[in-house]
Amino acid sequence: MSTYYAGNIERIRHSRLFEPKSIGVLGILLGVLAFWLAVPPITGRTIIWSLLVGILGALCGLIAVTRGERRVGWGAIAAAIIGIGLAELATRSSTGHLNQVWSASLIAQMLVFATPLTFGAIGGMFSERSGVVNIGLEGMMLMGAFWGIWGADKFGSWVWGLVVAAAAGGLLALVHAFFAIHLRADQIVGGTAVNFLALGITGYFFVQLYHGNNIPTGVSQIPDLHLTSDSNHSFFGNSFGSLNYMIWAAILLVPISYIVMFKTPIGLRIRACGEHPRAADTVGINVYLIRYCSVVLSGVLAALGGAFLTVGYLNTFNENVTAGRGFIALAALIFGNWRPFGAFGAALLFGLSTALAFRLPTYSDNAATLFQALPYVLTLIAVAGVIGRTIPPAAVGRPYKKQ
Amino acid sequence: VSEPLAPQQGPEIPEDIAEAPPTTVAARFDVMQRAGGILVPVITGIVAFLIGGVVIAATGHNPAQAYWDIVKGAGFNWLAHPWDTDIAHTAPYNFSQTLLQTTTLILCGLAVAFAFRCGLFNIGGNGQYLVGLICANWIGVSFVNMAKPAHILLGILVAAAAGAAWAGIAGFLKATVGAHEVITTIMLNWIAYWLGNYVFQQGGPLQAPKNVPLDIPISADVAHSAQLPVFWGIPALQGLHIGFFIAIGMLVVFWIVLNRTTLGYEVRAVGYNPAAAAYGGIRVRTNYLRAMAISGAFAGLAGGIDMLGYLHHFGTIDVQATSIGFLGIAVALLGRNTAVGVGLAALLFGGLVYGTTHGLQSGVIDPSLAGHLTEIIQGLVVLFVGADVLILAVWNTRRKVRRRAQPAAQPATETTS
Repeated sequence: MSTYYAGNIERIRHSRLFEPKSIGVLGILLGVLAFWLAVPPITGRTIIWSLLVGILGALCGLIAVTRGERRVGWGAIAAAIIGIGLAELATRSSTGHLNQVWSASLIAQMLVFATPLTFGAIGGMFSERSGVVNIGLEGMMLMGAFWGIWGADKFGSWVWGLVVAAAAGGLLALVHAFFAIHLRADQIVGGTAVNFLALGITGYFFVQLYHGNNIPTGVSQIPDLHLTSDSNHSFFGNSFGSLNYMIWAAILLVPISYIVMFKTPIGLRIRACGEHPRAADTVGINVYLIRYCSVVLSGVLAALGGAFLTVGYLNTFNENVTAGRGFIALAALIFGNWRPFGAFGAALLFGLSTALAFRLPTYSDNAATLFQALPYVLTLIAVAGVIGRTIPPAAVGRPYKKQ
Repeated sequence: VSEPLAPQQGPEIPEDIAEAPPTTVAARFDVMQRAGGILVPVITGIVAFLIGGVVIAATGHNPAQAYWDIVKGAGFNWLAHPWDTDIAHTAPYNFSQTLLQTTTLILCGLAVAFAFRCGLFNIGGNGQYLVGLICANWIGVSFVNMAKPAHILLGILVAAAAGAAWAGIAGFLKATVGAHEVITTIMLNWIAYWLGNYVFQQGGPLQAPKNVPLDIPISADVAHSAQLPVFWGIPALQGLHIGFFIAIGMLVVFWIVLNRTTLGYEVRAVGYNPAAAAYGGIRVRTNYLRAMAISGAFAGLAGGIDMLGYLHHFGTIDVQATSIGFLGIAVALLGRNTAVGVGLAALLFGGLVYGTTHGLQSGVIDPSLAGHLTEIIQGLVVLFVGADVLILAVWNTRRKVRRRAQPAAQPATETTS
């Protein structure tokens, strides 16, 4: 009898719930919760609850660190400290300001800003997992942004806009793939070139086709998905009630790309090409084909993200409208350690920081501007290895030559 | 740059993964230089311009006429009668403006080239340029009572130091934790971008105090004591300032440092092969940091000279439009990371920048359109220069042809060699 119980207890102790990593993740969630308690809709006007929850989170982080999960553990401790600090700031500011900055629509806005980043980062993941560095995400996104709205304008339907955007992004990615794979050019230099090219091409044709003026109004726009009636102003209704179709597509893309990348033979092949192309070649995988497909797919996805920006959100185009979002997507990819859910989490974080930056002028104009630099600073810290190491695919950036 | 992004302490990389024989950018360029000499960059440039011409023609403009107008816009036709230096005439004025752009591009190109020679890719030239520019503006506006040469010297030195520090962050991270310099410099670019937006915006630290009613965020002008003397043209019309000679001087400094000093030898050794350099007793990490700092100093200097030379003030809109630091990449690649090459490539791109925008007066192609042509040509140049395999293929066939011809002509030399 006693062995039976001991075995059971062993099993419980070894279940995933008690792994140090899970404890660390719990710590991070508690850190977020510590902040959450201080802002609407809860708005506990006292620091005590946040402090307690935050300390609990930090403890979880400490446990995780002592058991060897340093990356997640330190993350939890950092989240707890930042959570408590922000909660303190929130309790000090007036309720009116808080409601303005931290309304339910903040979540909707965060998702809007995170969507192009998610598309770009997931696209970049496919390319880099297959072993091709894609600095050109920004350019591919920009191509999607311009040709997407051109397609929607020309053919009168946002569906065509997305098709044209995907084709334009895929074409630019094909150029990058050809130089990176067949000509074995330096992939970073090639990606930089692709960015310049996209900037030039979209700018040139924007002037040529629209004389540099704004896109005419009334271009077909990607519709919103109305889950609740417009009069529903509950927290859920304001956050998720009327989101754009592309936002839901981005959210769906994350688990799909996870399954494709980690649970299917195709994903295994892509990863094999990125980790050890020679071994992949030996077992009969066509490395060139896999890499071409992955890079083109990354261009298509990044372009869809760009198209959402113009056809779905802004409904217009300006020169260089993406303004570095492709680079933030790249940052999200690195921050998320080349994994779909990690990248999505980073995209949400960066989206939130952008959404907040638009609302912070309530407090201070200057701080709001500096806040825009947050994603870049965070990525700088992440690659510096302060919160554990980011480990890229082993063969990324290395051209492969068939023998 | 054929190494994994971000730190390299991950799983050990199997030897046989990398198939391309030369590993670093510097080594690849060395091969290329031996392969084609000056011919290759010239062909690269011509092909890029030809494709640009195809784009012009495809959109219904006359490419030959457009290019001729751009040449005139850049003032290159002045070279046909250089005794006419009166800037009231179009050609000399345009050429002086082209040289103004060339000044900046030489320094931005040197910034990229120096890092390349150490095997590093400094994409952050634009950020370092912006940081230098911001610091020069701050110095130029603040210390009003200083004497002229001292004020200028202080502004330029602080700008260069700021650029060095900004790039030094990337160099430090590369040296200590192995963070890939491409990622860090890209991130530093955007941090500098938002920093620039912050300091020049309404209520920002460098916002001009009396500018409030104008509602366009812009900084104050740098004091007269900090403005560089103009030697061709008049200051009010953006005359050519002595920063041009500083840039030329830096070309010489670049050549001497790389080719005639221990520091340059170490930088080049690390650039060719870091492992071999380390084996030879060269401290690779120190050289990464040093090379990035020197590289950033060139770009910061460019920003400082521009601010004190002809910009004098700056605004948030200017920050958002700044991209000349990125052009440095194309200049360095086309110039094959050599002093002379960078000088010539900077002149070409300087002409292109001015000739397609402010200088352009054309019935064929509008400046707003032609400005983007510069970006397309820039992209094509970088794309083709990166594809050294193409060039090597041409070189190899040439060598094969020569080999085939050789035994027939001189059979005796075969045995000795």
